[in-house]
Amino acid sequence: MADAYPKTPMLDELEKGKWPSFVTEIKMAAADNPMGKDLLGLLERSYREKIGHWKHGGIVGVMGYGGGVIGRYNDLPDEYPNISHFHTMRINQPAGWFYTTEALRKICDIWEKHGSGLTNMHGSTGDIILLGTTTDELEPTFDELQKINFDIGGSGSDVRTPSCCCGQARCEWACYDTMGACYDFTMAYQDELHRPAFPYKFKFKFSGCPNDCVASIARSDMSIIGMWRDDIQMDKDAIKEYADGGMDIKADVVDNCPAKCMDWNGKELTIENSYCRHCMHCINVMPKALAPGKDRGATILLGAKAPIVEGALLSSVIIPFIKMEPPYQEIKDLTERIWDVWCEEGKNRERVGEFIQRVGLGNFLEAIEVEPIPEMVAHPRENPYVFYEEYFEEDDGSED
Amino acid sequence: MADAVHERRTDYGPPHHDQFLPPIIKENYGKWKYHEVLKPGVMVHVSHSGAKLFTVRAASGRLTSIQKIRMYCDLADKYCDGYLRFTSRHNVEFLMDKQENIEPLIADLKEMGHPIGGIGNSISAIVHTQGWIHCHSAATDASGVVKATMDELIEYFENMILPGKLRIALACCLNMCGAVHCSDIAILGIHRRPPKIMHDKVKKMCEIPNVSASCPTAAVRPATVDGFESVEIIEEQCMFCANCFTVCPAMPIADPLNDGISIWLGGKVSNARHEPMFSKLAIPFLPNNPPRWPEVTSAIKNIVELWAANANKYERMGEWIERIGWPKFFKMSGIEFQKEHVDDFKHAGLTYKRSTHITF
Repeated sequence: MADAYPKTPMLDELEKGKWPSFVTEIKMAAADNPMGKDLLGLLERSYREKIGHWKHGGIVGVMGYGGGVIGRYNDLPDEYPNISHFHTMRINQPAGWFYTTEALRKICDIWEKHGSGLTNMHGSTGDIILLGTTTDELEPTFDELQKINFDIGGSGSDVRTPSCCCGQARCEWACYDTMGACYDFTMAYQDELHRPAFPYKFKFKFSGCPNDCVASIARSDMSIIGMWRDDIQMDKDAIKEYADGGMDIKADVVDNCPAKCMDWNGKELTIENSYCRHCMHCINVMPKALAPGKDRGATILLGAKAPIVEGALLSSVIIPFIKMEPPYQEIKDLTERIWDVWCEEGKNRERVGEFIQRVGLGNFLEAIEVEPIPEMVAHPRENPYVFYEEYFEEDDGSED
Repeated sequence: MADAVHERRTDYGPPHHDQFLPPIIKENYGKWKYHEVLKPGVMVHVSHSGAKLFTVRAASGRLTSIQKIRMYCDLADKYCDGYLRFTSRHNVEFLMDKQENIEPLIADLKEMGHPIGGIGNSISAIVHTQGWIHCHSAATDASGVVKATMDELIEYFENMILPGKLRIALACCLNMCGAVHCSDIAILGIHRRPPKIMHDKVKKMCEIPNVSASCPTAAVRPATVDGFESVEIIEEQCMFCANCFTVCPAMPIADPLNDGISIWLGGKVSNARHEPMFSKLAIPFLPNNPPRWPEVTSAIKNIVELWAANANKYERMGEWIERIGWPKFFKMSGIEFQKEHVDDFKHAGLTYKRSTHITF
C-alpha cells in the first residue's frame, strides 16, 4: 500500500467500545481508497479544532436532473486533495428498505469504482447515500446506476424522496399497503422529484398505522398514516391467554387508554369503539388478541417540518379517513391543488406548513376546496377576532 | 460520449420492491396476524397461514463502508437466502423463515462487532445527521457523539429493561436533517455567536434581498460596510439559527469557542396513549468535547436512568415528565433552570404555566 493512514489519535478513541464504530468503517473504506485516508485526516483535524471543514455546496449534478446530488468541497483542498470534491449522491431507496444481496453488491461495486466506498444506509429522508465522489465521477456513476435500475433521489426545493414503513410486508398493523403507495407516488411525481420547482422541499411519508414508524407526523409535509374506522378486532381466547399468562389487563391496557373507552371485569374486555381514538396502545400491548378493524384506510395530515425557517410544526389533519386504493387519485388531486396554491402564493423557502400558518388554515382550505370539519382542530378558536368576509347593508332588504 | 447520451434514461424511479422481498413475505404480504418479541433484537411475525418470519435486528453505524455492506450480504446469503433490509433508524435486519439460523447468525454478527437489540422497551439506534464528516453547517460532530452515547447506553439497546421505548436523535444544527424535534431525547448542535460577515464577498456570493428575507427575526439588513454592498446584523436580535448562512456562504457562523450541544426531552411521534409531542429544552448548552463528549454522554445517561427508575410501565419520557411536572423533573435531575429555558419566540405565552397546578 502506497499511503499509510494518517495519525488519528482522537478518532482512534472512537474505535473502542461496543457500538459499531464509524471510524472503523472509514478505515475499512480507506484501505483501498485514498479518499478515506484524507477524510480521516480532515476529521481528526475537526476533532482537534472543534469546527467543520466543509464549504457550502456548489451546484453540481447529472444531466437532466436538478437535484439529488449535494455538492461538497473542503476548505483545505491543498492539504486534503483527495477529498477536495466530496459530493454526495442520493439514490432513491426501494420502498421499505428491502434488498437482495445481489442488488446491494452491485451498488457496492459501482461505488468502489467511482466513489469513496462510504455510504449511509440510509440518509434521514430515506435515500441510499453514496458519500463522497468527484464532479467527474458523477455522470459515470449515474450511468452505471441506470444499468441496475437505481435512480436518483430528491434534494433542494422539490419533492423529496418519499419513504414508508415496511407496512404489509411484515406488520399486522398496516392499515394499507404503504410500500405500494410509496412506490406509486414516487413514480407519479418523478418530474417533481427530479426538477426543483417549488418554493421549498415537499416530503411524503407513508406510515401503516398510528405508531408512525417513519415519523411522518413530525417529518413530512404530507403525512399518510394508516387508520381504521370500524371496531377493533378482538380474539377473546387470546385475551384470556394474556390474562392467564399474568398480564394485568386493567393496569397495562385499560388504565392507559387515553379515551377511557375500555373496561375489563376480570373476565371480559369491552371497548366502546365510537370513543376510541385509535392510539394503538391496547393493540401494541396485546398484538395476539387485538387488531385494527377491517375497514381500513388512512388519515391525511399536512405541514410537519423542523424549525427552519419559522419554527417546527407537526402535521395536522386534512382528511380524517380515506380508503387507500390505487391509483389514489383523490389524494393526488388534493396534492396537486395544494401545490398549485403553494407555488402561486408561497414565499421562497416557505414550507407548506408555514404557508398554512401564514394565510390561516381556513383560507387555505378554501383555496384547496376542502370544507372545514371539527377533526381538523384541537379545539375551535379561543379569540373573538373573527374575519367575517361579508356584512349586510341597510338596503339589502329584510332578513325575514 | 454521444452513444452514452443517446442511451441515457431519466425518471425511471427506484426499482420496484417486489423483487427484493423474500418468498415468505411475498406469500404472506398483508396476511400477518400477530408478532412476538422472542428476545432482545429478535422477533417472529406469524401469518394467518401459519407461516413464521423471524427477524434479527443488529446495530449498524449510519456511516457504512461497502466492505461492511458486503459482509452483511455474506451473512444474508448464508442464513437468509440473500435477503435483508434496513430500518428507519439505521439498523440492519435479517429476515428468515428458518428458526435454527437465528443463533448462528447472531454469533456471526456479534463476532463482527454488531450488537443485537433495539426492539421493544429498549433504546434503538440514534437517528442522526452528517456532522463534521460531510456538512458545512454543523455545530458539532454527529457520528462521534452518537458512538460515544451509544457506548454508554449499550445495555439498554441489548436488553429490554426500560419502562417503555426511548428514542434518541441527533441533529448537528438547527436545520435538523435528523428531525430531532419529536424525540424522547434530542441532541442538538447549536451555534451561539452571530455570523461573521465577509463584507467583501456578500455581494459576489449572495442575493442580498434573500439574505435579509431569510432571517426569522428581521435581524439582517442591507448595509454598505467599508465601501462594500453587504448586510449588517442586529446582534441582539440574532438567535443563531444560521438561516442567513444557509442562503449566503459569506456569513459563516460556526465557531469553536461558542458552538456546542443542547439536550431536549419528551418528544414522541407515535400516537400511542399521548398524542405526538415536541421535545422541550432540558439543558441549554454543553461543550463540544471530542472525541467522547463526556459532558453530553453523562448528562444523557443520568436522564435515562432517572426516567427508567421513576416512570410507569409504557410511559415515554414526555408522558412521565408531563405527569410529574417539569419543576419536579428539574429538581430530581439536578439540572439548573435558567433564562434560556423560557421560550421567547412565536406563541411563547402558550408555554407559560397558566394554572395553580403546582407541586412542592
